[in-house]
Parts: sequence; C-alpha cells; structure tokens
Amino acid sequence: MDEPAIEVTGLRVRRGGHDVLRDIGFGVRRGSVTGLLGPNGCGKSTLMRSIVGVQVVAGGRVTVLGRAAGSPDLRRRIGYATQDPAIYADLTVTEALRYFAAVLGTGPSDVDRVIAQTGLTGSARTLVGRLSGGQRGRANLAVALLGTPQLLVLDEPTVGSDPELRDELWTLFHTLAAGGVTLLISSHVMDEAARCDDLLLLHRGRLLARGTPGDLRARTGAADLEQAFLRLIKGREGATR
Amino acid sequence: MSALPTTRRILTQLRHDPRTIVLLVAVPSVLMVLLRYVLNSEQRFSAVAPALLGIFPFTIMFLLTSVTTLRERTTGTLERLMTLPIGKLDLILGYALAFGLLAVLQVVVAAGISLTWLGLAIAGSVWALLLIVVLDALLGTALGLFVSAFARTEFQAIQFLPVFVLPQFLLCGLFVPRGDMGWLLSAVSDVLPLSYAVDALTQVTRSAEIDGTLVRNIGIIAGCAVLALLLGAATLRRRTP
Repeated sequence: MDEPAIEVTGLRVRRGGHDVLRDIGFGVRRGSVTGLLGPNGCGKSTLMRSIVGVQVVAGGRVTVLGRAAGSPDLRRRIGYATQDPAIYADLTVTEALRYFAAVLGTGPSDVDRVIAQTGLTGSARTLVGRLSGGQRGRANLAVALLGTPQLLVLDEPTVGSDPELRDELWTLFHTLAAGGVTLLISSHVMDEAARCDDLLLLHRGRLLARGTPGDLRARTGAADLEQAFLRLIKGREGATR
Repeated sequence: MSALPTTRRILTQLRHDPRTIVLLVAVPSVLMVLLRYVLNSEQRFSAVAPALLGIFPFTIMFLLTSVTTLRERTTGTLERLMTLPIGKLDLILGYALAFGLLAVLQVVVAAGISLTWLGLAIAGSVWALLLIVVLDALLGTALGLFVSAFARTEFQAIQFLPVFVLPQFLLCGLFVPRGDMGWLLSAVSDVLPLSYAVDALTQVTRSAEIDGTLVRNIGIIAGCAVLALLLGAATLRRRTP
C-alpha cells in the first residue's frame, strides 16, 4: 500500500488551441489531505478532471490507485465533486442522493450517513433547488461521499459555507483521511491550505511549488501561506520575464 | 435492470413538476379536440386524425427529451454520472423507459378521447393503432435523446424541432400523398421514419387487414427508435475536452 494514491507525470492538457496544463508531475500519498491551490483559471479544475478521468488529455500519464485514470473499476473507488453543484435541482436532497446511491449499488442507510456527515439532516426533504448556496455545495459533497470511496477529489467543497460549518467539514476530511481515504481538495482560501498535509500550488497551468505548509513558509521566509504564495508567484514571474 | 434507477429518478423529477405532467397529458388531446371542430365533420376528422395522433406525441416527446437531456449535460450531472459505475446504454434506456411510460399515458388519453367523444372511426384494430402511436412517441423520445448531443444551448435544442421534425411532418404524406410527390421528395420521404408511421396509421384506419406491409412499417418505426437510442448512447462521452 506504499504506492501513491495519485501519480501524475508529464501531464499536458490542451483546450481551445493552447495549453491549459503543462508538464505537470507530482504524487499524492495515500491517506493524506492534499490541497490544490492557485488563482482562478490556473487549471485546478482541469487537473482534477484529468485525475477523475473525464478530461481529454494531450499527453503524460495519470495513475490513480494503481490504475490508469478513467479505468472502469475506479468508478466505484473515487468520489468526485465539481465546483458547480452537479445535482438535480428538482429533487429533494434525499431523492437525489438515493439515485446516485442506486447507481453505486448502495442503499438508503448510506444516504442517511452522508446526509448526517454533511450536516444536511434538517434539509433532507427540501428540494435541492431551494437550498442555500452553501447547503447545495454540501449536497454536492454528500454525493461524493456515497459508497466507500478510497479517493475523494473535491473542487472547492467549502465554498459558501459559514466558518463554523467549514470547520466541521475539515474535521470530517481529516477523520476520513485517518481512516485511510486520500483527499485532494482545491481551495483558494489560505486558512484552509494551512489545514492540509501537503500543498500543490498551480499557476498558469504549471505546478509552481509543492510541499507541506511548513516547508513552503520556510522556503520563502514568509510569515503566512498567503505571503509565501505571493512570493513564489512573483519569483516565477521575475524568472520568466 | 440497471436502467430502472434512472427511470425512477426522472419520474420523481416530473412528480415535483405537476404542471408539466398536466401539459403532457392534456396538450395532444386538446389539439385533437381543436382539430375535430376545425374540420367540423367526423368523416374528415377520421381521415387525418390517426396520422396526427401519431405526430403530436412524436413532436412533444422529441422536445421534452431533448431539453431534459440537454439540461443533464449543462448542469454537470451527466459528467458526474460518467464518473460513476453506470452504463451509457443503461442511462439512455432509463430515459427511454421513463418517457416511454409518459408517452403511453399521453397516447391512451388522446386516442381514448378521439375514439369515443370525437367520433374517430377506424376499420382496423384499436390495439394496432395504439401500438403504432406509442412506437411513434418512443421514436420521438429516441430522436430527441440523439439530437440533444448536438445542441450546446436550450435555444439550439428548440431549433432542432423545425430541423428534424417539421420536414418529416411535411413529407410524411399528411398534406400530399407520398405517391404524388416528385422523385426527389418521394426519395427523401422514403428515408424519414415518420412516413412509415403515417402509412401504417392510414392503413389501420382504412382496413382491418394486418398484412405484410403493415408489419414491415411497424418494424421500421421500431427499428428506427432502437437505432436512434443506440446512436444516442454512442454520443455520450466519458471524456470531454
């Protein structure tokens, strides 16, 4: 079980005639919480799509849980939540989750579990379209938690949640990781970055830096991660100019 | 069967939208009533009503399915499903089954009203008439599923109605008998599935005999519906740019 949960080498993705991701390479340890950070439009979502296996890639290799990304038997082992909630607005939370659970071959008790885990018990019978933005995001996250995923790929899972709830979700993420689940979580909130075991900083389609939060602060001599990232980005822009 | 969760989900979505169900069931019937009083003669009504009984559900199911599938694409739920262990054909069959059931409901009501209240007289079997009309609605469902793959927006999807449905409407033999058309139009009419539906419906109206031509025509409609469903499944992509 020492092989990495995710291994990416030389990944290149082209879209609309230009490179969205260039020469991306990294590994993600099993049972870790890895933060994927970077400004909007830097390629975070595209990288996540490549790992989940729904992105057409131009080159490189992506191996997930020992299989090529997109392999049919990975479909039960990866939980994926996109940034924009992909969940039926005209169903109640329970109905929508029951459908995805049926597709995964799990039952109503699994649905009740994820509803409780995401703090949606009070709105289980509400139509998804009537939920607040934060609640809808959690319903979207709940779908990813269905079944027994060994890898969770979560694109901005805490957007729109209040601080208290965000804290609960991060506690949940670490509980899952302690149970052996690997999590790859994108965010642009720096106090969330500090709660990750490892960080990947993406900038204009390239992997700018990686390491533990402590590493990155030490390497840049910055007091906090926000400063550290600004210095790393400025350093890169200075180098290419 | 793994298509059933999808069927159940779509029917649940519609249950939350009672107005759509009312429209779905009522519109073809109301149009038949309108037609009966516009023509103002049971005889003339009986001459065209069977063909229209096939065309109305075909058109409505085409629209309904293409918009629903497109919505599944634009809201990201299709991409989510493509990361889950669901077969493409299972998904398409789930759709066909859900809308097929609705089509049966719609057709039974419209045909029932036409045959009893509006005085539609047919020489052949009512069951043959119902079979053809239900197959027609299924064909509309299957075509709607297929063409929605080529629409990026709801505006485009709606425009496919005049592109795919109106030419069939004009060339199916309702306005001008197919034998009286020029060779080119006649040839085009020969490859359009709705032509065979109208031929079959006309035959059921005029004679009680179930001959080889009728069976062949019914076979062609069913074959086209199956073909459109398979093509629809083939247009689904796990990986997208």
